[in-house]
Amino acid sequence: MPKVEVENVYKIFGPSPKQIIPLLEQGEDKTKILKKYKHTVGVNRTSFTVEEGEVFVIMGLSGSGKSTLIRCINRLIEPTSGRILIDGQDITALSSAQLREIRRKKIAMVFQNFALLPHKTVLDNVAFGLEIQRTNIEERRRKAKEMLEIVGLNGYDAAKPSELSGGMQQRVGLARALATEADILLMDEAFSALDPLIRKDMQNELLSLQQKMHKTIIFITHDLDEALKLGDRIAIMKDGNIVQIGIAEEILQNPADDYVREFTQDVNRARIITASAIMRDAESIVLEKSGVLIAARKMKELGISSLFVTKKSGELLGIVTIENVSSMIRQRKEDLETIIDKNIETVGLDASIDEIIPLFLNTKYPVAVLDEDNKLKGIIFKSTILAGIAGEGGNNDATHC
Amino acid sequence: MQPIARLPLGEYIEIGVKWMTNNLAGFFTGIREGLANLVGILGDLLYLIPVPLFIIIVAALSWWVSGKNLAIFSVIGLYLIYNLQLWDKTVLTLSMVTTATLIALVVGLPSGILMSKSNTADKIIRPILDFMQTMPAFVYLIPAVYFFDLGTPPGVVATIIFAMPPIVRLTNLGIRQVPEDVVEATKSFGATPSQLLFKVQIPLAIPTIMAGLNQTIMLSLSMVVISAMIGADGLGKVVYEGIGQMNVGKGFEGGLAVVIVAMLLDRITQCIGAVQKKSGKVFIQQLRDKHSQNKSI
Ligand SMILES: Nc1ncnc2c1ncn2[C@@H]1O[C@H](COP(=O)(O)OP(=O)(O)OP(=O)(O)O)[C@@H](O)[C@H]1O
Ligand SMILES: [Mg+2]
Repeated sequence: MPKVEVENVYKIFGPSPKQIIPLLEQGEDKTKILKKYKHTVGVNRTSFTVEEGEVFVIMGLSGSGKSTLIRCINRLIEPTSGRILIDGQDITALSSAQLREIRRKKIAMVFQNFALLPHKTVLDNVAFGLEIQRTNIEERRRKAKEMLEIVGLNGYDAAKPSELSGGMQQRVGLARALATEADILLMDEAFSALDPLIRKDMQNELLSLQQKMHKTIIFITHDLDEALKLGDRIAIMKDGNIVQIGIAEEILQNPADDYVREFTQDVNRARIITASAIMRDAESIVLEKSGVLIAARKMKELGISSLFVTKKSGELLGIVTIENVSSMIRQRKEDLETIIDKNIETVGLDASIDEIIPLFLNTKYPVAVLDEDNKLKGIIFKSTILAGIAGEGGNNDATHC
Repeated sequence: MQPIARLPLGEYIEIGVKWMTNNLAGFFTGIREGLANLVGILGDLLYLIPVPLFIIIVAALSWWVSGKNLAIFSVIGLYLIYNLQLWDKTVLTLSMVTTATLIALVVGLPSGILMSKSNTADKIIRPILDFMQTMPAFVYLIPAVYFFDLGTPPGVVATIIFAMPPIVRLTNLGIRQVPEDVVEATKSFGATPSQLLFKVQIPLAIPTIMAGLNQTIMLSLSMVVISAMIGADGLGKVVYEGIGQMNVGKGFEGGLAVVIVAMLLDRITQCIGAVQKKSGKVFIQQLRDKHSQNKSI
């Protein structure tokens, strides 16, 4: 059973929203309904499901209805029509007391501007969800302390939120959401107010928390990088509709329409990401120390069909292929140097993906990444590039993305 | 050209007021007695405090909320009042102000909260407040006399009406000013409406509410003085008698006492909002933090 099911949800703002639904069903669009009927379409017949443990990202331009949609899930905004099932239970049918119970136990929310309580200490902010549940004070403070530790803020118990930096405040926001042990987290642009480095940190933090906690997360963002990094699946919204849902790969490769395409191009990671960010560790052999047998053995071990050869100093000489190596072995020759192919493509550490991609047209080998002294630093495979664009990064992404 | 018939609004009001005085006499008498008692009891309580102790308490309070200057001012000012033999009248005025303010609070806070929760209530109450505030203060005195006779109680009633709007308005404003996302966050954790109100909205509105309280107190004081015209006792009476007797000196002394009381009330209540921040508990906490920081270094 899916954790969250959203079925045909509409949200229309205005004096008589229900009457607008038939018009939408007939295919009237948002602009016309605003002009002619003076109603704003927030969410227009939207359905999707989120599985337990999944990170579901919603993207879309400003005003496309993301915030409205996510607020329908805990009914901070009442949907005009449609059903929302949490663990199979239709929450649109609940009384306000039952709804409060769901909000207390099952769904927690993290806000773009943190929405901390300025009059309470950090500890009491984190404990706030439990305070609402009337948990006794020792218990909730104990729990809150635990959560502060998890988000790396121990020692700040007595501080007021205003004394913390933005990143720290959002950690408090996150800890507050985690403290109730709700298994669904709604995050509306939770990291958008943070500066890029802190933001990156928080994304990593969320991912590592997620590995331990397996929450079901619905995450809104404007940022494709963030979406690709965090999302198991991504939904793209436009004018209240979800125009495409899929895993990152599908969305990048088969954008449903121009709107989505624009979204995915908009980012242009290719221009931002450098070789050093996406390269893999350089597997190579040193000429002075190796012959064909070593080369063959290493290729077999790594499951690759070619191998870079360097001098002892690390300076790149060229590449040998499995075919050449095995023919040498058959001929019982040992000298590696004769089969080194010097016709390889190399790039500097800070070459961008845009510069690297064309190189693959000229070569069947991976591209070598060299430093100023022509020493081999890493290798880029064709597949690495894709992963790089998709935001995975190589072995040392943290310093470069 | 035929002049348009004049709407006899004044006559209607008079008829209405007469009807009420005739039919609701018991009700008004009850209120009258109640107010008289309340003012009396408060006055007696304040009288119980010996003058020097009173001055020390006010000075200490001033020191705590504001600082040395206000404390010195309060000692000199209150001593001057005592010296001019206006202490009794001042205490009376204070007890009227306190009574009126308390009642204004008891009625005004819930009204303000109601306005903040319901746009309909806001729409209904707002014009009433405008009316209460902009109607010239003296006008209240006439019906007050009709209903409550001459003396202190009608003065208190007129004062309550005149002084209540700020506390209502600013309670409403303070609650509405609480950031929307904080309210959302509170709701998202499953808070009941009363948890939202008492744990979040009112605490965050306190500075604004305190500003309203300050205004209410100041308006009370001014109206209590004016209501000497309908026989209310206190400093106003001193001033009013001064005017009646063409006694400039007496009038000035009374007026000076009013000014001193006004300044003290204003400064002290204005600072109370700010004081929350440096309240004892937080102060100690800060010391402790500093201490532990030093240790960890
Ligand atoms: N309370 C409201 N009353 C009327 N219209 C509203 C209300 N809330 C949102 N809307 C409208 O609904 C539409 C969707 O708004 P929403 O805030 O969900 O967009 P969003 O995708 O979250 O945008 P952003 O990226 O700027 O946060 C917008 O056209 C907005 O003007
Ligand atoms: Mg939004």
